[in-house]
Amino acid sequence: MPQGQPTRDNGTTMTGAASLIRSLEAAGVDTVFGIPGGAILPAYDPMFDSQQIRHILVRHEQGAGHAAEGYALATGKPGVCMATSGPGATNLVTPIADAHMDSVPMVAVTGQVATAAIGTDAFQEADIRGITMPITKHNYLVTDPAEIPRTIAEAFHIATTGRPGPVLVDVAKDAMQAMTTFRWPVELDLPGYRPVTRPHAKQVREAARLMAAAKRPVLYVGGGVLRARAWKELSELARLTGFPVVTTLTARGAFPDSHRQHLGMPGMHGGVAAVTSLQKADLLIALGARFDDRVTGKLSSFAPNAAVIHADIDPAEISKNRVADVPIVGDCKEVINELIPAIEAEFAAGNQTDLTGWWRQLDQWRDNYPLGYTPADNGELMPQYVIERLGRLVGSDAIYVAGVGQHQMWASQYISYENPNTWLNSGGAGTMGYAVPAAMGAKAGRPDTTVWAIDGDGCFQMTNQELATCAIEGIPIKVAVINNESLGMVRQWQTLFYDGRYSNTDLGSRRIPDFAKLAEAYGCVGLRCDTAEDVDATIEKAMAVDDRPVVVDFGVHRDAMVWPMVAAGTSNDEIQIARGMAPEWDRSDD
Amino acid sequence: MSKHTLSVLVENKPGVLARIAALFSRRGFNIDSLAVGPTEHPAVSRMTVVVDVEDSPLEQVTKQLNKLVNVLKIVELDPGQSVQRELVLVKVRTDNETRPHVLQTVELFRAKVVDVAADAVTIEATGSSDKLSALLKVLEPYGIRELVQSGVVAVGRGSRSITDRALRPVDRVA
Repeated sequence: MPQGQPTRDNGTTMTGAASLIRSLEAAGVDTVFGIPGGAILPAYDPMFDSQQIRHILVRHEQGAGHAAEGYALATGKPGVCMATSGPGATNLVTPIADAHMDSVPMVAVTGQVATAAIGTDAFQEADIRGITMPITKHNYLVTDPAEIPRTIAEAFHIATTGRPGPVLVDVAKDAMQAMTTFRWPVELDLPGYRPVTRPHAKQVREAARLMAAAKRPVLYVGGGVLRARAWKELSELARLTGFPVVTTLTARGAFPDSHRQHLGMPGMHGGVAAVTSLQKADLLIALGARFDDRVTGKLSSFAPNAAVIHADIDPAEISKNRVADVPIVGDCKEVINELIPAIEAEFAAGNQTDLTGWWRQLDQWRDNYPLGYTPADNGELMPQYVIERLGRLVGSDAIYVAGVGQHQMWASQYISYENPNTWLNSGGAGTMGYAVPAAMGAKAGRPDTTVWAIDGDGCFQMTNQELATCAIEGIPIKVAVINNESLGMVRQWQTLFYDGRYSNTDLGSRRIPDFAKLAEAYGCVGLRCDTAEDVDATIEKAMAVDDRPVVVDFGVHRDAMVWPMVAAGTSNDEIQIARGMAPEWDRSDD
Repeated sequence: MSKHTLSVLVENKPGVLARIAALFSRRGFNIDSLAVGPTEHPAVSRMTVVVDVEDSPLEQVTKQLNKLVNVLKIVELDPGQSVQRELVLVKVRTDNETRPHVLQTVELFRAKVVDVAADAVTIEATGSSDKLSALLKVLEPYGIRELVQSGVVAVGRGSRSITDRALRPVDRVA
């Protein structure tokens, strides 16, 4: 039976479109990013009158999708985007795929041509439900207006529970135009959807037993810990066990970077201590992580001596890539909450291993191989320096949003993340162009927080039209363009693996376009900085602006590379700290 | 590789077959045989899927299938503990000389002749994959003019039903 208070207009007759907007309101939506068009027009009429929903008119539907993602990650609430049929809907495909890969709760509402026209190749018709089947957690095509409230309620339920993800609701135009009776609350009809959140007690006890006996354990923390909002629990688990912690690209901020037990980020561009800790571990405790190829390197040589405890809310992630010795299906928060007393019981029974030797080893790796870079011979501004200074001056309360490529890796390495959900990026999908619209969404959701997009000159040119949205809608984000006038990460691979043959990676973006002028044209403040001496003053100047978006064009050395690096398809044991330079393992006593 | 028979109970909703077929193809699994039909419950359809995979990828595909919101339940049916049948309709060339031989074969396999023409008979046969391929092998020399074969349908032996628990209603409200 429906629980909760019926809404004041429960049982009122209205159009399907009004029922759609009322359903979104009842689901708690306060912000929608979108663009109207033919098939979705009926919904835009009642939305015009909504007191609750702020619609932010973006310039491209991809911007709406990434903005919804940024909003979701910054606020913890599901992000909502809206588009019309055909090309409007297909422009949402990239952000939907992105949200699917990174488990971001999102509801996309699209207009569809009228029911009678479906399947006839009508104007602006695309089978968006078919197209998005493999990249949504679930999706719907609604042709009966009576189904609208329940479908919206189910969409939000599915997007936000279990492993979060995107849900698309495609609504036929005639279903929005027809009259219907609005009903809320509604009974959900999801007999096949029963996510398991509570871990199995026996598995938890077995995990605790292994943890108490481990000599070289590592807590391998993934983005699931952030989605489960389990950072306090993680902190308690780390304190109790004294285990080292590594946080993956999507988990940066789940555990403070300044914490002594934090070894940093593992993976292709992870730190030596973090990468090597996993390789040498005898026990991995994977929490909401999915053994992605960018973390494991060559899978068969990943953490060869480690037993694996794998806790994840998605049973399909467990033993997908690496077989788990102790599988635990459950929500990370609940899993850690149950692990803690189980470990305490082990410790109380006298089962605890001395980790002094392991820590001596880890500290040695950390001390011998800190993060670093060599300044350019010609004295050009180094991108790492810009990002490091930005992090220092802006601080750890701000939200940082990156695009994809070298600047993203440097931003993950050189900024100290102390708080959860202050680092947003496109991890799994690697979507260039993510930063500006996602920053816009984050700022729209958390207007009192400083939001910096750290973008590359390649990425920036994919989605910077949303600066117009930011300027007009009063969403004063700040953008640091790390301008090396090339597709930097691709260029790095060309340097390393294609004999320096720079095929189609030179963007010429120190000449065209003039990013500062472009920013001004978009109603933003445009700044430029090309020397190390000016970096601090330029950042301060950008920080002083709060009534408009700011874009800073940092012209940086184009040959700077991201290190350390584990080349794709090779073993993590072959990590290089600079070109042709491997760590000297004989200095350690393993 | 080895063959596995999965019984998949799904909500009888539009697009479900597409979701399941797409999932198999996207995750790189080949469907050997697929049969879909109604069950004793009008809201539920049952698919019988035969896949040719090792155990560990099978576990992965089962878990991925389970994630589909419209999938209610998946059971792997052990060939020894289940009855598995498929249906074949085959049109065989016959003349006055060969017809008695073909009819004798039909008799031997407990198949049925469902249509007769001057120069052909159409045979209906049900059975296990092995039995049907044996039948087709015997008929082949006479000349097979047309052949249509269903996917495997399967049900567990004994009195237990896989549909009972899957259909228990779940109360949830927004």
